[in-house]
Amino acid sequence: MTTGKVGVVVFPGSNCDMDAYNAFGSVLNRRVELLWHKETSLDGVDLVVLPGGFSYGDYLRSGAIARFSPIMNEVVSFARKGGLVIGICNGFQVLVEAGLLPGALLRNSNLKFVCKQVYLRTETTSTPFTSGLKKGEVIKVPIAHGDGNYYADDNTIKGLQDNDQIVFKYATAAGEITAESNPNGSMLNIAGIVSRERNVIGMMPHPERAAEKLLGSDGGLVVLKSAVESLN
Amino acid sequence: MYKARIEVTLKKKILDPQGKAIESSLRNLGFLKLGGVRTGKNIDMSVNESNIDAAIALVTSACAKLLANPVTEDYECEIFDEAGKQVAQFSSAQGGASKVAAK
Amino acid sequence: MSIEVNLKTAQEMGLTADEFEEIKKILGRVPTYTELGVYSVMWSEHASYKNSILQLKRLPRSGKNLLVSAGEENAGLVDIGDGLAVAFKIESHNHPSAVEPYQGAATGVGGILRDIFTMGARPVAALDSLRFGNPEGPRVKYLFENVVKGIADYGNAFGVPTVAGEVYFDECYDENPLVNAMAVGIVRHNRVAKAASIGVGNLVMIVGSSTGRDGIHGATFASEDISEASEAKRPSVQVGDPFTEKLLLEATLEAIDAGLVVGIQDMGAAGIACSTSEMSAKGSTGMDVNLDLVPLRESDMSAYEIMLSESQERMLVVVKPSDEEAIKKIFTKWDLNAEVVGKVTDDGILRIRRFGRIEAEVPSKTLALGEGAPVYVRESKRPEYLDKLAGIDIASLPEPSDYNDVLKRLLSSPNIAAKNYVFEQYDYMVGTNTVVLPGQGDAAVIRLERWAASSKGKKRGLVMKTDCNSRYVYLEPMAGAEHAVVEAARNIACVGGKPLAITNCLNFGNPYKPEVYYQFERAIEGITKACTELETPVTGGNVSFYNESPNRTVYPTPVIGMLGLIEDSAKSLRANFTRENDLIAVIGPERPEMGGSEYLKVVHDTVGGVVPKVDYAYEKSLHAFLQEAAMNGLLHSAHDVSEGGIAVTLAECCILDRDAKLGAKIAMDFSMRRDWTLFAEGGGRVVVSYHPDRSEEVHALLKAYHLPVEILGVVSGDALQINDTIAVKVEELEGIYFGLLPGKFRITAAV
Repeated sequence: MTTGKVGVVVFPGSNCDMDAYNAFGSVLNRRVELLWHKETSLDGVDLVVLPGGFSYGDYLRSGAIARFSPIMNEVVSFARKGGLVIGICNGFQVLVEAGLLPGALLRNSNLKFVCKQVYLRTETTSTPFTSGLKKGEVIKVPIAHGDGNYYADDNTIKGLQDNDQIVFKYATAAGEITAESNPNGSMLNIAGIVSRERNVIGMMPHPERAAEKLLGSDGGLVVLKSAVESLN
Repeated sequence: MYKARIEVTLKKKILDPQGKAIESSLRNLGFLKLGGVRTGKNIDMSVNESNIDAAIALVTSACAKLLANPVTEDYECEIFDEAGKQVAQFSSAQGGASKVAAK
Repeated sequence: MSIEVNLKTAQEMGLTADEFEEIKKILGRVPTYTELGVYSVMWSEHASYKNSILQLKRLPRSGKNLLVSAGEENAGLVDIGDGLAVAFKIESHNHPSAVEPYQGAATGVGGILRDIFTMGARPVAALDSLRFGNPEGPRVKYLFENVVKGIADYGNAFGVPTVAGEVYFDECYDENPLVNAMAVGIVRHNRVAKAASIGVGNLVMIVGSSTGRDGIHGATFASEDISEASEAKRPSVQVGDPFTEKLLLEATLEAIDAGLVVGIQDMGAAGIACSTSEMSAKGSTGMDVNLDLVPLRESDMSAYEIMLSESQERMLVVVKPSDEEAIKKIFTKWDLNAEVVGKVTDDGILRIRRFGRIEAEVPSKTLALGEGAPVYVRESKRPEYLDKLAGIDIASLPEPSDYNDVLKRLLSSPNIAAKNYVFEQYDYMVGTNTVVLPGQGDAAVIRLERWAASSKGKKRGLVMKTDCNSRYVYLEPMAGAEHAVVEAARNIACVGGKPLAITNCLNFGNPYKPEVYYQFERAIEGITKACTELETPVTGGNVSFYNESPNRTVYPTPVIGMLGLIEDSAKSLRANFTRENDLIAVIGPERPEMGGSEYLKVVHDTVGGVVPKVDYAYEKSLHAFLQEAAMNGLLHSAHDVSEGGIAVTLAECCILDRDAKLGAKIAMDFSMRRDWTLFAEGGGRVVVSYHPDRSEEVHALLKAYHLPVEILGVVSGDALQINDTIAVKVEELEGIYFGLLPGKFRITAAV
């Protein structure tokens, strides 16, 4: 065991909460606890994970209701103070709805939920989540979402580019950014972005599902590992 | 007591794949004179306020805070009195908070 | 409400004159309208199995690993050791899906998941066996797209991985699609919940969603042929809410874990009527229920409507009075209703009150399946088409000249082509336990690492698969049903698993037609034979009759859902070739059984002939060999020969791993007609690949199991080459195989 405690937020309708819990706990052997959405304290955790799922059924818009959960006040102030936050899939949607990350996630352009392995090209290594990667390095990580089509207005996109905030782009296995490798219509093939202060990451692909070779790929483990190691 | 009907749509400049799919299905079915399909959702609710200005303020705030995502969505809102008569109409395009058709 | 009750009312509700007389005899009076409604749904085919139960009782329903027998609880329960048991069941939602495919399929998934977690088991996998008509038809396209979306939206939001299944297309399903949903859950032995209502004075609670007017008389609806009148019955279809179901799952398991549940049953078909009568019949108790206390969506609902409502995401729970507050606390935490609506009594009477009046007062046992519900023997007659189709002269069909073309046509048959278009809409990874993903191997594997206590147990995995070649069953009902069981078992064995038990979903036409009943009887015989031979008992399942329209009856389709166990999930075998220069062999005898083959249908537009027969001694040896070879790491791949024959199997072995496609150079023995050799489906054969260095061990083990084997060739190059008969680049095969369904179904992509 090393220092740093991970907290995984559980919204009603979260369904990848245990997957994240196990990836940090069983695979990375870190202290990890579940944080119920009605809590008003983060219980001293050093890294907050907003997991995948369908919080509140995603009935209004993905992530729109979860952002008003009591615990989100704590997550927002934790993030504003520089605390590390990872939003995966539905967690990414919650982060943009909460205004911790810019842009929005629209319905996939083919209107279908899509679950499959994709390749991600690392666009920046100067984040606590990608410090273990090399720029341009390609990792294999699965996606599973219906609303993953990243959208932002031109100014925001320019801001993301100027500030090196695009973390991952959907790519081919060889690292080429092509239309065919874009599974959901995201602008610029964007799969994940980081906040300007570089402490909040949102990504549609599921690194916690790619943390063990037995399950087909351990290409996502480096993201989780980089994050916890940056806590030391 | 009022009733509000809010219609939330994707901003015009954003692609509406659902609308596009419907349009192409319509075309396949021979509805060649129909086009420009856009989809959206209706949200109906009762507004427990005694005067119209307060009702407008309350609904506007709900739209801005929760019901529509300002990054991607526009909304139009109608408010009806208990007799079912429309008493106000406003939209995000007009800045959201301004009452334009109160009678 | 007092609506006059007479024979006409009873018949309108689907009861027969004899049944109406029987009800009057039981009660000693004319039933009330509410009582009549309750009898009509409980005695409907869907709830009572009145025309099938005598046949179902012939199935082998006991075995050393079964913790409950078929029909005793909501789903079967198999002991897998380590203090763990597996609950699993398959169920049809054909009729609702034919009318409203999206909600029909979604609530089918919801219903089967509740069957699993009502036993205290956490669902760990879902499977779906789907059949549609000719995919060129616009109505079929609509049904297909919406059924798949319904399954996806429900299962994905609920958070259960949908890991395997089948999708078949045939004209016989044009108007009657089959939607069979299966769920698998894991429960610790000491956490198993029962569906009996016991303990006089205990409280009866309704938890979950409010009750509305949706789905009234759905069970009766599922017991009729599909006709134009069914379209008018659209309000009968229920609406699913996977978010509430997810909350209900968590709250239910929390309540069971806390030891607060005396008895629990989910509400599906026939709603409160079914759960109250079945739970009290099972507990040999009565129940006094005040419907005024049921949370309603519309307050003016009558007793009849409340009793028959099929609103989803509800459960009936029996608790001790002292636990009322504790259970309410749990459900409130999950934002769900939990209301006391009545209590358990000792008089065996189901008593229903509404607005201060007793609206129903009937002995609960007279309502329930296996108790007072009617049981019928139907007339059976061998259909004439059987001999006619078996006698079709297949031998005189011309041999094709271009075998590359035949292989490509088979790969672009929607029954053979890749189903990624379907399963990629399902979240098959949530839960991070799916070891063998859909499209990778012959069956899915779910690891048990997070459940098991022992280190040996942690390595193990559940293996699961659904199977049924209904064309075989149509041509020879008994042999076809045997084949369905054996193919499921062979698929389990191909990944390295041991078959344990089955659940079945028996989809047939109208049982009042003697020819349909004959198919049903013979299919039951086939399942009985195969399950007895393979020692895989039937843990439960579902019968769906009346899958017919005025124009046609579906092929008899007894879908088998099989559960198996693999000792080390890390050693699971996939279907695809994995390494250049590996040797390729086929295990099993070559047989000239072309009847019912995809080749005859696709190339010769013929449905007929003699279907493949099962050799049980061979199958059992084969399964044992595959398990042992997989656990000893002797093999790199295993894939059974099924639709499309050995040529299609080899093509799939080359292309299934799209990131690492490999070619194969095959030199095989053409002892029969070339098309027979390449496309025959019988013999129970399996194509395997292995490292040349392990060849001696592989063949020694094959010899020890007395298995016939033919070495076919070697993994090599960038094409599939079979003698001088077939040579196609793997890229081309891949394009055809993976491109077919997206090309057929893709709605205009928005760009």
